[in-house]
This record gives sequence, C-alpha cells and structure tokens, in this order.
Amino acid sequence: MTVDTALLPSYPQDRKCPYQPSPGYQELGGEGPLHRVRLFDGKWLWLVTGHSQGRRLLADPRMSADRSRADFPVVLPRFEAPIFKPLALIGFDPPTHSVHRRLLAPDFSLKHVRALRADVTALAHRLIDRITAKGAPADLLNDYALPIPSMVVSELLGVPYDDHEFFEARTVDLLQAKSPEGAEAAGQALWDYLDRLITAKERDAADDGVISRLASRVDGVDLTRDDLLRIALALLIGGHDTTSQMIAMGVVTLLEHPDQLDLLLADADLVPAAVDELLRVVSVTDVSGVRVALEDIEIDGYTVRKGEGVLVSSSMTNRDPEVYPDPYRVDVRRTAGSASRQHMTFGFGIHQCLGQNLARMELEVAFTVLFERLPTLRLAVPRADLAFRKGGTMQGVHTLPVAW
Amino acid sequence: MSTVRVEADRESCISAGRCMAANSSVFDQDDDGIVVVRTTHPAPEHRDSVRKAAYLCPAGAITLRSAP
Repeated sequence: MTVDTALLPSYPQDRKCPYQPSPGYQELGGEGPLHRVRLFDGKWLWLVTGHSQGRRLLADPRMSADRSRADFPVVLPRFEAPIFKPLALIGFDPPTHSVHRRLLAPDFSLKHVRALRADVTALAHRLIDRITAKGAPADLLNDYALPIPSMVVSELLGVPYDDHEFFEARTVDLLQAKSPEGAEAAGQALWDYLDRLITAKERDAADDGVISRLASRVDGVDLTRDDLLRIALALLIGGHDTTSQMIAMGVVTLLEHPDQLDLLLADADLVPAAVDELLRVVSVTDVSGVRVALEDIEIDGYTVRKGEGVLVSSSMTNRDPEVYPDPYRVDVRRTAGSASRQHMTFGFGIHQCLGQNLARMELEVAFTVLFERLPTLRLAVPRADLAFRKGGTMQGVHTLPVAW
Repeated sequence: MSTVRVEADRESCISAGRCMAANSSVFDQDDDGIVVVRTTHPAPEHRDSVRKAAYLCPAGAITLRSAP
C-alpha cells in the first residue's frame, strides 16, 4: 500500500510544556491507538499511543529490535550513524540479546541496587553540602542531577569518574547530534576511550566493576570483545544522561505543582509512587521502543504489515485515559497501591530498561535529599527562560538555575 | 475465596525485579538476579500484589493459576 506521507503528522514534535507531550501528539492520542506519522526522511511509521497496544506490541516476538536490519526505521538522522546499528541491550534480538541481558542481571538486580542506596544517599548529601557552601544560585543540573547518576554508573562500571567531563559531553553530543557524522564522531570517541580502558583492565586483571567482570568472561563465542565494548558503551550512555534529565525535569514539574510536592514531603512512604508518577508524566526519552514487524500483525482492527516500523510513544501511552483517568494531571498518589497499571517510560517486553531499579532508587534519593535539605528551593529564573532540548525525542534542560 | 498458585519461568525471566518490588514475600531474586518463587500458594492477602507482579513482568514470566 502506498501512503501519501505529505499529509501525515510529523514525528518527532517539540513539546510546548516541558512535561507534557506536544499538542499534535495529544490530538493523535484522542483519535485512536495507532497512527501513521511522517519521519524526517519522508518515510512513515506507526506511532502507538494506546497503552494496551503498546504493551502487546513490545512483548510480541514478531517485532524485531534489530537495528542492523535494512528495514529498521530511522527515526532521526543521528540513527544513520554506524555506531547505532549494532547497539547492545537496545538493538539486538534474542538469542544475542538474552545472553547480554543475563550476563548483566546480577549487577542490576533489585537486591544489588538496594544495597547501593546508603552510598547514593551519602553522595547526594555531599553534593548539597557543596551547593550550600558555594551559595545560591546553583545549576541544579550540573551540580546535582548529573553528578549523582554519573558517579553511580562510574563506580558500578569501573569507569574513572575523573573522566566524567569527557564522557558526559560526548554522550550529549551523541544523543543530541543533528547529523549521522556528528553522532558517529562522538560515538567513536567513546568507543576508543572504552577500548583503552578495557585494555588496561585486561592488562592489570582488574576487579573493579561490571566492565572488569565481563572482560573476564570474554570467550570469543558467547561474548566477544566487540560485544563487551558495545555493552560498555550502552551502559555508560544509558547510565547517566536520562537519569540526570529525569531528576532535573522532575524538579521542574514538582516546583510547578507545590500541592503535589507538599504531599510528597509529608509522607516518605509516598516517595516510590511519586517517582513513578513523575516518570509517567515526564517520559524523559519519550519513546518506549522502536521495532520493525517481521510478519503481518493484526492488532485491534489495525494491520501492521511485515517490514513496517512501529514506535511506541511513552508520553502518550502513559496518557491513555483507559489506564490513567484525567491523564494530563500530575497526581503523586496515582500509582500507589496494587492497581494493575504501569507507565511505559522504561519500555516493556524483553528490552525493558536494564537500569530501571537503579534509576528509581537514584530518583527516590535525589528528590528526598534535595527537598529535605533545601525546602525553599525555587527556580532562579522565570520558567519561560529555561532552555529545553529541541528537535529530538530525548527531553532535557540545558541548565537549571535554582535558589533557596 | 479462591487461592492462586504462582509459577515463574526462570528461563524467560529478564531480572527486571518488578515482581519482587510488588511483593517481596512471594518473589525473590537469586544471586544471578533470576526470579525465585518463595511460596507457590500465597495467602489471600497477597492476591492483589501477586496479580500486580504478573501484570508488571515485562517478560510475561509469571503465571497465576487458580488453585483448588
């Protein structure tokens, strides 16, 4: 079937409000669960805004995540970069994906993450000590929201935190690149850095984190050295940028909803549910998953044909009124209790975010310590003056000036 | 009130830990991060959280059957 893409809504669209999807997406969400949208290259894919449909499609083994396939949709120019084509943990299908995932399971298990909580809490307090010693205003992104996940992932992986300015900047270059060449250059710089780091760890038979542990498992069959490099790259990139922006955007959201912030501060037991609500609302990556259909798939009266691309929107599946009544309202008590509902911010299916337990814990600690220590926290500039990321799917703010 | 029998497929488990987050007296993770069912016939007060665990599992590894 030929689709006249000129008439389709475009994807992606920038947000008007930092924590609400674009008006164009909101309109689509009111029209049904699946929509054809036009990409930058004139091609189209299915944008899924229905929660149930998104869950089922992401759990369906007939949907491939393999980014090396010729028919895999290219959502942004940067994804043309060769570095993105074999992207570990996100862009492989089983059995390779399952092998990688199982190798990493012990380090990201809920138990292991819970054991890190005291250290992360101490880290958050040290950062606040530094912020108060320096005095207002502070840049909450670079002084707090970024160092927390960045130090945590460095420690977990065994990457020297002294190199944080390098890997943080190259990660932003990679994730915010406007061209394939820009993305490739940033990705290659990170690849070369990790290659040197792994070589040093191999030489010293180091025992200092996930990368060392995996280096000792390289056998050239189940795990090649290139696999290890791809995994290390995915963990380093995935381990700090999204969490830092989720902290920053979560703070922006809470400051605009003081009644919700008060609820959160009054009841420590509410913190996990509040974090889940913020994850739902902010939908920091805006994408739950991108796939290509390996066969024709019928879903609720729609047919996704073999070879067609699918992008499940987290911001819109998270606002499906079937699952979330009054979906645009921020309500930190919403996900408390045993209700069978879950936002799609970490995706669903076998590629669901490996770091979700770590991210949740970091967010719980970050919000709790921040508002406990600085209860009068406020933006140091009008919200209209904050500069947010544009032109992509990954949401974020460039700096977050605050006072208290 | 009918009770449920809980089964977890350790082969398809991806160690997301959502089951344990929903109910850590019924679900646990071993040292490899893989699901362990601590009690296959949980008490009725666990019914809602066990259902939530099954719903949350991204790999569909948890099955609930009605137990006689």
